Amino acid sequence: MSDFSATPAVSPPVRPGQIALRWLLFSLLGLFALFYLMPLFVMLTTSLKSLEEIRSGSLVALPREVTFDAWRTAWSEACTGIQCEGLRPYFWNSVLLAVPAVLISTFLGAANGYIIAQWNFRGANLIFSAMLFGCFIPFQVVLLPMARMLGLMGLAGTIPGLIFAHVIYGIGFTTLFFRNFYVTIPGDLVKAAKVDGAGFFRIFWSIFLPLSLPIIVVTVIWQFTQIWNDFLFGVSFSQAGTQPVTVALNNIVNSTTGVKEYNVDMAAAIIAGLPTLLVYVVAGKYFIRGLTAGSVKG
Amino acid sequence: MSPILNIQSLSKNYGAVEILKDVNVAIDPGDFLVLVGPSGCGKSTLLNCIAGLEPISGGSISIDGRDMTQVSPKDRDIAMVFQSYALYPTMTVAKNITFGMKVRGVDAATQARKLAEVARQLQIEPLLDRRPGQLSGGQRQRVAMGRALVRDPKLFLFDEPLSNLDAKLRVSMRSEIKKLHQNLGATMVYVTHDQIEAMTLATKIVVMKGGVVQQIGTPAEIYNHPANLFVADFMGSPAMNLIPARTQRAESGIQIEITRPEGAPMILQGPQVQDLPEDIILGLRPEDIIEAGMRSGANVQAAKCRIDLVEPAGADTYVVSELGGRQVTARLHAETKAQPGAMLDLAFDLAKVSFFAPDTGERLN
Ligand SMILES: Nc1ncnc2c1ncn2[C@@H]1O[C@H](COP(=O)(O)OP(=O)(O)O)[C@@H](O)[C@H]1O
Ligand SMILES: [Mg+2]
Repeated sequence: MSDFSATPAVSPPVRPGQIALRWLLFSLLGLFALFYLMPLFVMLTTSLKSLEEIRSGSLVALPREVTFDAWRTAWSEACTGIQCEGLRPYFWNSVLLAVPAVLISTFLGAANGYIIAQWNFRGANLIFSAMLFGCFIPFQVVLLPMARMLGLMGLAGTIPGLIFAHVIYGIGFTTLFFRNFYVTIPGDLVKAAKVDGAGFFRIFWSIFLPLSLPIIVVTVIWQFTQIWNDFLFGVSFSQAGTQPVTVALNNIVNSTTGVKEYNVDMAAAIIAGLPTLLVYVVAGKYFIRGLTAGSVKG
Repeated sequence: MSPILNIQSLSKNYGAVEILKDVNVAIDPGDFLVLVGPSGCGKSTLLNCIAGLEPISGGSISIDGRDMTQVSPKDRDIAMVFQSYALYPTMTVAKNITFGMKVRGVDAATQARKLAEVARQLQIEPLLDRRPGQLSGGQRQRVAMGRALVRDPKLFLFDEPLSNLDAKLRVSMRSEIKKLHQNLGATMVYVTHDQIEAMTLATKIVVMKGGVVQQIGTPAEIYNHPANLFVADFMGSPAMNLIPARTQRAESGIQIEITRPEGAPMILQGPQVQDLPEDIILGLRPEDIIEAGMRSGANVQAAKCRIDLVEPAGADTYVVSELGGRQVTARLHAETKAQPGAMLDLAFDLAKVSFFAPDTGERLN
C-alpha cells in the first residue's frame, strides 16, 4: 500500500478494436523493417560464405561454414585496378578527408549561424538566403568550376582539395542548421554578455558553443554521412592514391576479372558503410533530440 | 552636484519609425529613476540606448559627465537586469555571477570574495552550484540581481525585473530592491509598466507614452499634479476621476457646473483667482471625494449624489456615482452606510483638484 502512485487508480479502458489496430500496425511496421533489412541480411551472409558455397547455395540461406576470408581480402588484398591492396589505404583516405572536412564545415557553420542569428547587420538576410540557395545547387553544377578552382589553387587531385570542396559545399547546410538553432536563443543573452564585457568571440565561445551540443551532433552526423558517402566529388577531384573509399569500392566491384567474388564485394561494401552506421549508433539518440530541440524549447 | 546620467534631446528611429522623440532626462547620483508607461511606449528601447545596446539616432547620453555616444556597453560602467533574466544556461549560478569579472580579468581571490558577499546579501548561497534550469522563477530573479550587484557599477539598469514573478513574490522583491537602493546608495534606472512599482520605488519618475516623455517629477508631483490627462489616468489606482464640467464666471469667483443624471446640475465653487476656459475636465482622486462631514477645510464642498455601486475593499469602501456622464469613484470609510440606489452627501475636496483642457489634455492649474 505504500506505493500508491505506481498504480494509477483508473487505467484508461482499452477496447478490443484498439488492440487489434495496434497489432495490425506493429505487424505492418515489422514487415517494412524486414523488407529494408533484407539486403543487409543478404550482404552479411554472403560476405561470410566461401565462393563455392555462394555458387551452390541459395542467396538467402545462412552460411554453412562461416569464413572471414572475404573480409580479409576486401580489407587488404582486393584489386582496385592494377593495385591489389584492398580497401585499407582508401579507407584511411576517407578518414583523413572526412574528419577535417566535417570539423571545419561544422565550425564554420556554427560561426556563420551565430553571426546571422544574433548579430543583426546589414544584409544578414541576403547572405543567409544566398547560403540557403547554395544547399540546393546540385553537385553536378559545381564540378567544373570547382575543378578549375582546385587547379588554380594547386590542390587538384589532393586530399586537401577534396576537403576544400566538401567544406564549401557543406557550409550552406551547416549554417542553416546552426542559424535555425541560434534564432531560438533569446537575444537578451547576447545583451547581458555585452554588458558583462564580453566581445563577439567570447560570447560565441563561452555562451553559444556550450549550448550547441545537440545541434553540433546533428550537423556532424549529417556532414559525416554526406562526406563519407560522397562518390561524385571523390571520383572527380581525386587521383590514384587519394581516392576515398567509395571510389575504391566501385573499382573493386567493377575491376574483377574472371570470376565475380560476390563475398568480397559484399564485405567491401559493408566495410565502406560501417563508419556512418557507427556514427548513427553512437550519436543517434542526440540526433533525434537535436532535431526536435528547437521545437521543444519554443 | 553634476548629473550622473544626462540624456539630452535623444531620439531613436527604427527605419522610418520614430520610437523615441526628444527625450530629456537628468538624474543625480543616488537617484532611483523609474521609466513608466504602457507596453510598447519605448521604455526598453530607452534603457537599451542608455546601456549602449542600441545606437541612438540623435541627441546625446552622458554618464558621469562623459559622452557615451561612441562608448560600447562594456565600457559604460553599467550593470543590467533583464526581464527574461538572461542567465547563461550552461553556467552554474556562481559562474553566471562571476562571468563579468572573469571577462574583465579580475583575480580569482577578488572574484570569490565578491561572489560570497553578493550570495550572502541575496541569500542564494545554497544555489551557487546549480544551473539556471534548476531554479525557480524567484531564484533566477535573485541570480540576475546578483550578476548586476557584483559589478558595483556607476549605474544599475533594470528592465521590468519583477514582471515575471507572481504577485506575492513581486511585492516582497519590490521591498528588497528598495532596501538595496537605500543600503547601497547606488543610482538606478528602472523600467516598469506597473505604476504602483513606479510610485513605491522611485525618487524620480518619467512617464512615457508613444516615445514621448509626458512628465518628469517626484512620485508626489506626478500623483498630485499630473501634467496631462494621460498621466492623470495612468498613475494611481483606482484612477483619478476625470469629470467633464463647465465653468461660469460669477462675482464670488468661478462656478463649476457638473451634470447629474437627474435633477439640477451640481455647482462647485472654483478657485478665486483662476483663468479657466468654459469647457474643462475636472480631476479629483477617489480619496478626495469623501463622505460629507468627514473632512473640513475651506475647499471642501458637499453635494447630494446618487450612489450606483458600493464596493467594499476591506480598509475602505469605494462607491460609484454618475457625474458629468462619467462613473466617478469615491473612497469612503469601511463603516459607511452608503446603499446602492440611495442618495448620499459626498464632499469634494477641491484643494487637490486638477483642471485639464478637454482638447489638448494639458493641465490648466
Ligand atoms: N528592433 C526593433 N525594430 C523595430 N521596432 C522595434 C524594435 N524593437 C522595438 N521596436 C518597437 O519599438 C516600440 C517600443 O518598444 P519597447 O521599447 O520594447 O517598448 P516597452 O519596453 O515600453 O514595452 C514598440 O512599438 C516596438 O514594436
Ligand atoms: Mg519592455
